[in-house]
Order: sequence, then C-alpha cells, then structure tokens
Amino acid sequence: MANVIDDATMEYVGILAKLELSDEEREAAKKDMGRMLDYIDLLNELDTSGVEPMSHVLPARNVFREDVVTNGDGREAALLNAPERKEDMFVVPKTFE
Amino acid sequence: MGKNYETVIGLEVHVELATKTKIFCGCSTAFGGEPNSHTCPVCTGMPGSLPVLNRQVLEYAIAVGLATNCEITRDAKFDRKNYFYPDNPQNYQISQLYLPICRNGKVEIETKKGKKYVGIHEIHMEEDAGKLIHDEREDCSLVDYNRSGVPLLEIVSEPDMRDAEEVIACLETLRMLIQYLGASDCKMQEGSMRADVNLSVREAGAKEFGTRTETKNLNSFRAIMHVIEHETQRQIDLLEEGREVVQETRRWDDNKGYSYAMRSKEDARDYRYFPDPDLMPVHVSEEMLEEIRAKQPEFRAERIERYRREFDIPAYDIGILTETKQMADLFEETTALCGQPKKVSNWLMGETLRLLKERNEDPEDIRFSPKHLAKLISLVDAKEITGSVAKDVFVKMFEEDIDPEAYAEEQGLKTVNDESALRRTVERVLTENPQSVADYKGGRQKAIGFLVGQTMRAMKGKADPGLVNRMLKELLG
Amino acid sequence: MSILDYAAAELSRKIKEGKHTAIEAMEAVFERIGEKEEEYRCYITADRESALIRAAVVQRKIEAGELCGPLAGVPVAVKDNLCTKGVPTSCASRILANFVPPYSATAVENLEKAGAVMIGKTNMDEFAMGSTTETSFYGVTKNPVDPGRVPGGSSGGSAAAVALAECFMALGSDTGGSIRQPASYCGVVGLKPTYGMVSRYGLVAYASSLDQIGPITKNVEDAAYLLEAVASYDEKDSTSAPDAERDFAEALTEDVKGMRIGIPRDYFGEGLDAEVRKVVLAAAETLRAAGAFVEEFDLGMVKYAVPAYYTIATAEASSNLERFDGIKYGYRTGDFEGLHNMYKKTRSEGFGEEVKRRIMLGSFVLSSGYYDAFYLKALRTKALIKKAFDEAFAEFDLILGPVAPSTAPKLGESLSDPLKMYLGDIYTIAVNLAGLPGISVPCGKDKNGLPIGMQLIGDCFAEKKLIRAAYTYEKRKAGADAWAKIMRRS
Repeated sequence: MANVIDDATMEYVGILAKLELSDEEREAAKKDMGRMLDYIDLLNELDTSGVEPMSHVLPARNVFREDVVTNGDGREAALLNAPERKEDMFVVPKTFE
Repeated sequence: MGKNYETVIGLEVHVELATKTKIFCGCSTAFGGEPNSHTCPVCTGMPGSLPVLNRQVLEYAIAVGLATNCEITRDAKFDRKNYFYPDNPQNYQISQLYLPICRNGKVEIETKKGKKYVGIHEIHMEEDAGKLIHDEREDCSLVDYNRSGVPLLEIVSEPDMRDAEEVIACLETLRMLIQYLGASDCKMQEGSMRADVNLSVREAGAKEFGTRTETKNLNSFRAIMHVIEHETQRQIDLLEEGREVVQETRRWDDNKGYSYAMRSKEDARDYRYFPDPDLMPVHVSEEMLEEIRAKQPEFRAERIERYRREFDIPAYDIGILTETKQMADLFEETTALCGQPKKVSNWLMGETLRLLKERNEDPEDIRFSPKHLAKLISLVDAKEITGSVAKDVFVKMFEEDIDPEAYAEEQGLKTVNDESALRRTVERVLTENPQSVADYKGGRQKAIGFLVGQTMRAMKGKADPGLVNRMLKELLG
Repeated sequence: MSILDYAAAELSRKIKEGKHTAIEAMEAVFERIGEKEEEYRCYITADRESALIRAAVVQRKIEAGELCGPLAGVPVAVKDNLCTKGVPTSCASRILANFVPPYSATAVENLEKAGAVMIGKTNMDEFAMGSTTETSFYGVTKNPVDPGRVPGGSSGGSAAAVALAECFMALGSDTGGSIRQPASYCGVVGLKPTYGMVSRYGLVAYASSLDQIGPITKNVEDAAYLLEAVASYDEKDSTSAPDAERDFAEALTEDVKGMRIGIPRDYFGEGLDAEVRKVVLAAAETLRAAGAFVEEFDLGMVKYAVPAYYTIATAEASSNLERFDGIKYGYRTGDFEGLHNMYKKTRSEGFGEEVKRRIMLGSFVLSSGYYDAFYLKALRTKALIKKAFDEAFAEFDLILGPVAPSTAPKLGESLSDPLKMYLGDIYTIAVNLAGLPGISVPCGKDKNGLPIGMQLIGDCFAEKKLIRAAYTYEKRKAGADAWAKIMRRS
C-alpha cells in the first residue's frame, strides 16, 4: 500500500489529537489509516484544477447578531457538569512550571 | 566582536474591541463580573452550541482597516486554530488565517529620525481566551471563562521597525487611531492592548533577515522596551559565539525581567487551520463599506491641521490636546461655548492633566462638562471670582461636575465688589500696620505690596487685587 | 388492536377525540420497553416517572385546548446526541458519561411546542460514527426483525424503537446516511432533510457541514408531520436556512403524475445485492404505474463520494471533538501527571476505538503538509459531486435508488472490516455532501424477511416533492400488498 504510517507519525498525530493508543490499538490504527489514505488517494484520479473548494453547500449570505446583551448569569449552568470546581471556577492541573 | 548589527522588529498587536457583547454570543464583555458569570453554552464550549458573528465586531474591524489604509477583503472567512489549552474551552480558537478581513495597509509614524511608514501585513478578527488563575496552595490552576469569546483584532505589522523608539511610535499611532474610532480604549495596563514582538538581528547592510523569535503578550511600553533590548543582545551574543538563533516563542517575565522559551514536546505548533463550518463566510458589500467610511471620525493628523487654522494656540498645546479624542472633543466643545481657546487649553493642559496624573486617571475618566468649564472661565473673566478661588472651584468640578456659579454662590466664594465693605477692611489693615504705613509715607513704595497682601488675606482672597491697590493708595493719600 | 399499533398522527387524533390519553400512550410505551429493552437496547436513558409527568402536563394542555397540533400527546424518542435540558445526553460515549445539558436543542424545543412528549434518549454509534450501533459505550442495539443482526446506524436505537413500537416516532441525525440506512434495515421511514432545514443548535456535532436532524417514523405521513414540527429557521444556527418552505403536510397527496424520476445506472452496478436491486426497481415501476415518468441516467462521481466524505467528516470531527478534555464536563481520568497527560488519558479512556480511529485520521489530513493534498482536494471533489447532482436535477424532479447495497448484516460482521463498512454508505453519503434531502421508504423484504428500503433524493429544499412521491408510493404499495393477500387466499 502506498501510504505507510510509521510510529513517528502516529506519535505526532497522538500529540495533535491528545490521544495515547495502546500498542495493539496503535498497530490496528496504523493499518486502518494506511488503508483509508490509500482509498482516499482515489481522489487523485480526478482533475480538480480550477475547482473552488466547497466548504458550504448553502448559498453564501451574511449572518449577524446585533451587539445586544441577551445572556444573564451563566455561572451555575457552566459549572453544573464540572468534574472539579473551586470558587466558581474549573479546576485543572497547573499550567505553569 | 566589533561587527555592526541591525535589529529588525515586527509587531502583532492584540486589541480588545469595545463591543457590549462577545464576538459569537450574547454574553456581556463587562469587566469585573463574578468568575464564569458572563458565560453561556457558546463561550464555554458546551456540546452542540454554535457561534453567530457580532456585526459590530466586523464593523470595527473594517473601520480600523480603513484607518490603517488596508485593503478590505470582500469575502472573508473564519478558520479554526486547533490547540489544546484550558483557557480555550473548545480547544480551538475561531480566528482568520486564509482570508483575513484587512490586508496590505500602512501607518505613518514619527520619531526623532523623522517620519516613516510601517506596513500593516493584515488585520484579523478572533476570540479571546479565558483567564487562568494559579492556585499556589492547591498546586493547580483555575479557569474563568468570562473573557472567553471577547472580540479581538490582531494587527500584524511588517518587519519595518528598527528600534524601540519606532516600535513605541507605531503602537502610539495605532492606539490613537483606534481610540479616535472608539473601537477600543487600548489600555495596555488593563490588557485591552497587548503586543507580541517578533525580533531578529542581522549584520548591518545584510539583505536577508535573520532568524526571528516571538516574545508574547507584552502589556506595557516598559516591558516592550526591555524585551527589545534584552532579545537584541541575546541574539547578538549567540551570533558572536558562532551559535544559531532558534525560531521560537518566548515568554517575558516582567517581575524577573528576562524571557524564556515556551517550547514543550507537547505543543507541536501545528494548528491544523481549516474554515469553520459553523460560520458562513462574510461578504462586505459596497454599501456596507460606504456606510462605515462615512462614519469614520476626523483623526488626529487632520485635527492638528484644523486646530492650526482655527485656533490661536501654540503648536505644543495642539499636540497635547489631540493626543486623545476625549481631550480634543472637550477642548472644542468648551471653546465653542466660551470662545477663548487659549484659556480653555490652559485649564486642560494645566489643572486637568495635573489632577488626572495625581489620581492616575485617563482623559476618558473626565467627569466635568464643557458647559461648566466654559462657565468657570467666564466667571473669572467677569471678575466674579478670582483666579485662586477658581482653582479650588475647579477641583470640586473635576470631582463631581458641580455648577461652578451655584457652588461659588452657596460657598460664598464670590469676589466682594462692595466698596464700603472693602474700605472698612482696608482701614482696619492700615490701623493694624502703622509701621508699613510709615514706611510707605517715608517713600518705601514696596511697603504697599505687604498691605495689599494683608487686605487680600483678610478678604479670604475674594477681593479684586487691583481695586484694593487703588483704595490703599487713595487712603494713604 | 393495541394502542401501540397506531401511527403517530393517528394516535394524536384519538387523543384529541378523547378516545385515548397521552398518559395511556406513555404507559403502553413503557410496558413495551419493559418487554423488549433487555434484548434490543434501543434506549440509553428512559425514565418512566418523568415521562409520565411530561405526558400528564401535555394531556392537561390538550384538554384545555392549548395544544391541538397533529402530534399533540404523541410519545417521541430522541437520539442521544441531541441536547435535552436536565436529561443526560451522552452521545453513547463514556467521555460524556453523566453529562446533563443546561439547555435543549432547538429541535427538541420545537418538539415540545408541538406537544410531543419525550420518552427518553435512544442508543446510537458513539458520536454518530458508525453504521451499526455497535460502537455504543452502552451496549449494542439489535435488529427488530432478527436480533442476530444490526439495526444499522448511527441512529439504530431510534429506528429499532420505532419498528418495535417502543415509541410512536423518533428523531435521528444523518451525517452520511445515519437516518436513512437504519430506517431501511429496520423497515421504517427515515427522512434526512436539506442541510439548513432543521436547526443544528444543540445537536452534538460530528461533521458540522454534513449533520442534519430528521424524523424516523412508521409511515410517510408521520415523517411529514414530525419534520414540520422540528424544522425552523433558527438565529442561533448560522447555517440555518431563513426562507425555506416548511409546510410539509401540504405535500401529503397521492399524485406523481408527470413527475420526472431519474434512476442512476451507477447506483445499480456491482456491489449491489441482487434481491435489493429487484425490489427497488419494482418500487420504481409502482411509481411509473402511478403516472411518474421514470428514466435511467448516469449520475457520475459515485465512487468518489465515500473517500471525499471520510476526509471531510473525520477532519471536522477531529476538531469538533477537541472540546472533550475532562475539564468542563463529562469523564475525567482518575490519576494523571500534569495537564497533557490528563488530556491524553481522559480522551484515550473516554473515546471508543472507532472514534479514536476517525479523530486520528482527521487530525492527520489537516496536519501541515497534508491539508491541500487531502482536505482541499476533498472539498473540490465535493464541489464536483454537487455539480453532478445539479445537472441531474435540471433533468429530473427526483432521483430513485437503493439506500444500502444489502440488507442488515450480522452483528460483528462490519466492524471487522471498517473499509467495507464505509462502502456500505455509498448511496447515502453523496446526499450529505451535496446538502440534499433524501428519504428511505420500505419497499419489500429479502428471502430472510429482512427489510429493504428505497431511497428518493430531491434537490435542495424540494422536501415536498420527496414527501409527495414517497406518500404516493406507500399508498399504492399498501393497496397492492392487500390485493396480493386476497389473491393468495383465493
């Protein structure tokens, strides 16, 4: 297969996606990713030169909010599901050395 | 050693826009709310929530773009910048990479070396992150999303600056343009204006740029000057030692006064930008552009010109008065009322600035109205109150915008022009100071000054010194 | 007959006539759930007490005349990737275990306005990534016709619940076929609306540019009413269509005279099961007999839809699912050293294998050096696919084809070969890429008695044509089936 995914790539993607795969998971994922990418290579048969990438199917139009405050105190709603909270804030592992 | 180096500096300036609500939701941008009180599903990254663009953000962005001579992108897009950090609730920031709203602008700056242009590479709209508070005791961090989603403009300059003076001049120019637009208060100390400094050094005369570093999130001119100084030296030292400058992001520690690299194995700095599918592209129509152009204010340079023509005041005054729109407007409105530009200018440049400095406040904090300042000036002109009394009245006016006339009235500060009352006081002063009277009669003219002073004191400053002088001479015959 | 045999609109009429109450209907639903859930696992959350309270409130409003809509009083099941205020919403993932949304999706609010009564939240493939409902953290949903087979996915819980009468109607979401394919496998009706027809606000995103919420029902009439109830222009969703026609019940008429229906040859080529082929073409004949003009044509681009889809969908998913980090809600790993380790362990333990697989692929195709070659290439392909459909709709009112190449596979079969599973979506995926509406209507069974669905595809915002044709077909087929029964007896 054309797309060989090596461990370095898996490591790198793991950093980007914040995922840490077990050895067997990684091996399986490597295989699938290679196969998927080979399959995606099918698109290279297509001549897409001069074709604009289409991110939206809907006709383009401006969508705006007016600058008016519509929300009240959202504290409880925001913190309702927090795994760990303190003084109405979310607790996270320290972010500075 | 001995080589000559040139420093090459570019800026990324972040400006917090003065909108009432956040860029993608209806939450307030007001400062000082309880932690996480100005939040909703959108700005806390709840599953299923969706962003909707605040029109005012786009209008401010275009206005700033026009003010900095940028081309306005007619079809702009928002892109997602993907990176994990707790102050970023979605773990992607909605920003603009591929089609930013403004491009290819320039601003004119003035330094001791004279005038020059600094290129504006682009200006884009993006959302601010939340605030991280470090809990030393528990050895953890706490997240407050009140600032998450507050609209920012990022103004990216070309690497056109060569020293700290030019950098400061560039920031000052941007600050004034943006303040005149009312798009932001640009207060560095409050973080509504922050700068990243991109800096590299090269041998004088070299064509190629050196490798640059980016020092992030500087929020005072002092810090910026230090960074430029330190980073320039650090890079020169590296080169002198025959070592390489590494392209990296650095953080400046204001307390310790040095910068350090932020690199960590866990940040690959590969942001995987792609167009945000939750937001439609923005189309800037000719009408929208014209509307905004029509609303552009008269900027500082134009005002300076006009003041030179319209008002008979020194260039120095004009320079200071036009530094902030608030001050300039106050000057014009007051002058329109009392028709005495120089006197208005004196009050603003003298007492007003002194009191602002004393209370470390800014012109936008000024409370007194043009109406009352004009009134105060005419009260002095009409000799209703003396200059020294006026100063005390002004302090009160500065604090709570009282009506100077009413205040002088009820406090009994008005000048006494009642001759008989004054005559009685003068006669008393004469009888109480026989020595001075003798001196004067003996030909020592100076003695009268002392007697005038005594009378003024007895009148608590509320007498017209000219009149007192005349009356003394008359009585001393 | 049992109250459970009623279709949704039919039940609502009975309730409004006072022959039944919303409470009775809900009681019957939970009785049914009691009998079937053990084996079929259609629901992740279904709380009898609160559902009965909701039913009682609606019943009172109906009696007070405050609620009189076509679905008033009808118990409805909601897919677990739609946020429901105060009711757990997990997307069938461990990472959202015990997440209770502080707000409801616009579609769910619209349901309440219409007087429908929520039963609970249905099972699905984790984050809607799958075609079998086997990747749920909360167990596998079984096919109502044959528990040894999958119900399809990702809205398998909703489709199976409708087929098993564990509800009268349900909401699903469709990113690449997730409403139409399970509807086809379970023998019920499933409609994927035009992109922008139903607000996505409150739908936990898989692939934002492709996701749409839609109805899964016992018949076409219910689908029209349910879609009319949930569809709305929503200022909270920038991709919501402001001025689309949303009066779908209007289209419930038996009339396809002169309607031009195109049959894409490339939908009937290799890979399509022979029985499915036969049954779907027979359905086309039924519409021809009803007065439609039916003609074969070449659509083109078909084989490029799946690779383009998996590039775009996984890329968007990799970004959409970054917010699940153990800080604001949902699962957080037990022990960790430092921030990044917390992220990695939380996400690695919280997400299932298929989801991780797609996040990795999506992160890769967006990473520097690959963006143009993969992501932009896919977006260009999408433009060409859209163009192919535009050309088809210049000729035809509707496109008719199969929903899936085969009937429901056995449990476990698909996950062993993901690529094969992805290819199972070949007839549904292009519809999402082009933002079109599509409906799956039962049109027969294979020799094992497994349901087969016919797919009708319309141009953007042509839902009414779609519904009219589907409704006509359903009526004609019912008539023909009844006649066939009589013939068999005599």
